[in-house]
Amino acid sequence: MSELIFAIELAYWQQTLIKVLVAAVLIPTTALILGIVFLFKMMSWMQSRMGPQEAGPRGLLQLAADGLKFLQKEDIIPDRADRFVFKAAPVVVLASTFLTYVILPAGPDLIIENLPTGIFFAMAVSSLSVVGVLMAGWSSSNKYALMGGLRAGGQLIAYELPLILAVMGVVIQAGSLSMQDIVWAQADGSMFGFGGLGLPFVITQIVAFFIFMVAIQAELTQPPFDMPVAESEVVGGFHVEYTGFRFLFFFLGEFATAFAFAAIAATLFLGGWWVPGIDPNSALANIVGPIALFVKIMVVAFLIFWFRFTYPRFREDQLQRFAWKYLIPLALANITITGILVVVL
Amino acid sequence: MPKVPGMVKGLGVTFRTMVETLKPSGGPATVQYPHEKEEPSPRARGVIALHEENCTACMLCSRECPDWCIYIEAHKTLAPPRRAGGKPRQVNQLDRFAIDYSLCMYCGICVEVCPFEALFWSPEYEFSEVSIADLLHEKERLGEWMETVPDFEPYEAGSEAKGKKVPR
Repeated sequence: MSELIFAIELAYWQQTLIKVLVAAVLIPTTALILGIVFLFKMMSWMQSRMGPQEAGPRGLLQLAADGLKFLQKEDIIPDRADRFVFKAAPVVVLASTFLTYVILPAGPDLIIENLPTGIFFAMAVSSLSVVGVLMAGWSSSNKYALMGGLRAGGQLIAYELPLILAVMGVVIQAGSLSMQDIVWAQADGSMFGFGGLGLPFVITQIVAFFIFMVAIQAELTQPPFDMPVAESEVVGGFHVEYTGFRFLFFFLGEFATAFAFAAIAATLFLGGWWVPGIDPNSALANIVGPIALFVKIMVVAFLIFWFRFTYPRFREDQLQRFAWKYLIPLALANITITGILVVVL
Repeated sequence: MPKVPGMVKGLGVTFRTMVETLKPSGGPATVQYPHEKEEPSPRARGVIALHEENCTACMLCSRECPDWCIYIEAHKTLAPPRRAGGKPRQVNQLDRFAIDYSLCMYCGICVEVCPFEALFWSPEYEFSEVSIADLLHEKERLGEWMETVPDFEPYEAGSEAKGKKVPR
């Protein structure tokens, strides 16, 4: 499929180069978009403020200015830090984000690599960030960083499980692990015999969607699950010792991951790049697809950040209890019922 | 398990606030300060102004100041007698009256304690300086602020006390 992008035959190395360049430009851009639209603007509006106004038209370049500021800052490594691990940790976190983008489909042909085990791959590489976070917390030789890192470790592992179990419901219904096949399953589906709108899995898998949204909130260490980076408790958690561009890496990783998770949620539950009324086999779908996906991502991201700006922080034990005692049994029940219904119907 | 109805209500509050902020009739609760200014409340404690003619250099304000930020220098001089043929009066001539606003904590004790109504609160608040030493303001600058002092509000109806007036 991806050998033919707009009917131009490309050699393997040319394809790879294009894909790498697209991803390298795309990922910081997505982080910037989410940061400005939601973190700066929507958060301000929800707090009855206007947000940044001075940098660029209506303050839209504020985050770019902040990024440049981070690049100018001194790169400080604590004296007692484990220098190699300290330097490697942000790269590991960012690498897990970059790898997640590999399987995001933006159109019938617009996908970096259509892996047959796409969603499994995404879940696997996104849990890599735990390693980076633990590395950062451990190597900083700072008690707050260590506490934050361990909290993050416990939290990310606890919420990885409901995340994957929620995805399982969709996978059972679609009958495939591939992201493209999941989109096709939704495009080909029908609601009570009416196929015009397809079947976005958010309708049949509403419980899984709820669990997924809660779990990615915790995976992104955002409020109300932001104990690992709680500035009032552990002054920034695992990235307390990071300055300059290494901190920028963490920041970029956080928001690019938010975008990636929003894209996964949009693909699994809202039909991804598919729009009702446009033939998924036509070339038009390759042009409309990215726009449709972007709109759906923004809707999901709005939900994510809406929760973020509304709720206060949970306590550490409440967080663990919520994951293990409520979300995981709920997700297991959802899988069981989905499995039975798929077999019966 | 968190209480679900309350959590939904919370989402409603943030969403309503967002809509309210974006509506042309609503707007944010904040003010874009350097571009637009907020009217300070009528008796805001912005800066302390000095009406020089009323000052007798009695030093009460200087002595009561918890931060010791008021500097007063004066000398004795003879003023013409009030009535013809009387003795010339001995008065204090104010040489220097300065308030160091880098020390002042805006408690207003000097304004309260002044027996001759020489010190007043002004709502003026834009007097920041680049250097901290420049915040020591002499009596000329303190006198300029007298123009910004608002009139006292009239007392309640039926009050027996005579309303105070700001000397102009």
